[in-house]
Amino acid sequence: MRIPHRPLAIGLVTLAFSALILARAQAGDRHFFSPVADPLVKEECGGCHLAFPPSMLPARSWQRMMGELDNHFGDNASLDPATAEKIRSYLIANAGDAAGQRYSSKLLKGVVAGAAPQRITQLPKWVSEHRKVPEWEWRHKDVRSKANCVACHTAAEQGYYEE
Amino acid sequence: MKNRLVVTSGIAVMILSTATFAGPREDLLAQYAAAANARGFSAVRGQALHTQSFSGGKPDTPSCTTCHGKDTRGPGRAPSGKTIEPLAVSVTPTRYTDPAKVEKWFKRNCTEVLGRECTPQEKGDWLTFVITQ
Repeated sequence: MRIPHRPLAIGLVTLAFSALILARAQAGDRHFFSPVADPLVKEECGGCHLAFPPSMLPARSWQRMMGELDNHFGDNASLDPATAEKIRSYLIANAGDAAGQRYSSKLLKGVVAGAAPQRITQLPKWVSEHRKVPEWEWRHKDVRSKANCVACHTAAEQGYYEE
Repeated sequence: MKNRLVVTSGIAVMILSTATFAGPREDLLAQYAAAANARGFSAVRGQALHTQSFSGGKPDTPSCTTCHGKDTRGPGRAPSGKTIEPLAVSVTPTRYTDPAKVEKWFKRNCTEVLGRECTPQEKGDWLTFVITQ
């Protein structure tokens, strides 16, 4: 049997091209933050609020947060040690300053070296990006808090945070 | 005539099977009943607990309805703004099927609202209430 080289080659080139475009579209977008993929992390961190992408904070922030779950922004969010450890390692492995996460470095711009910021909404870059949002909009009944990303960024759960 | 017999017996089988089927919710209720010395549970008491205002917990969450809303069949909203799935089993059939998850949220939410953990009696009443919603 003769192998049809030409259609095969065309097919492969097309496939490679679309893969490249797709990768570019995702990686080149500075408003993309990989959503949490681990079901355990999604369940435990997404119970009260959106399971924030680990790349939005540096590893040392997650390290500190996971050590203070009994006072998690005023709430007791304690977990059993085994679960907490699994979540901690996932967050640290996927943190904003972990290898291969160069697209979140923009959000971490201006964070003092060695600091472990706890609130994403207090990162200097976050504050400047949201400076035009008026106070009444934050207080809107469908927004309620600055942690409610999906209220405005409708595709936040898929990782997209453009306007 | 024959059709009616088939339908009737079909319904009878369905009723019998639900009555004898012990799912995770029934297991949980049995567990709470054993711990509460089996006074029996009441959806009415559960509803009262659900809508009551407490002063022992956090001031911004005085009752269950603060976050879950007054309608158990409608969604609630966490202080963060995140939507909470309706509590009623009729609307969210997957609810209360994971005992560890039920216990985790009872512990968290009772502490926040009542300022203490709920008793097995309270848990059983409340669960009976939302199951029948």
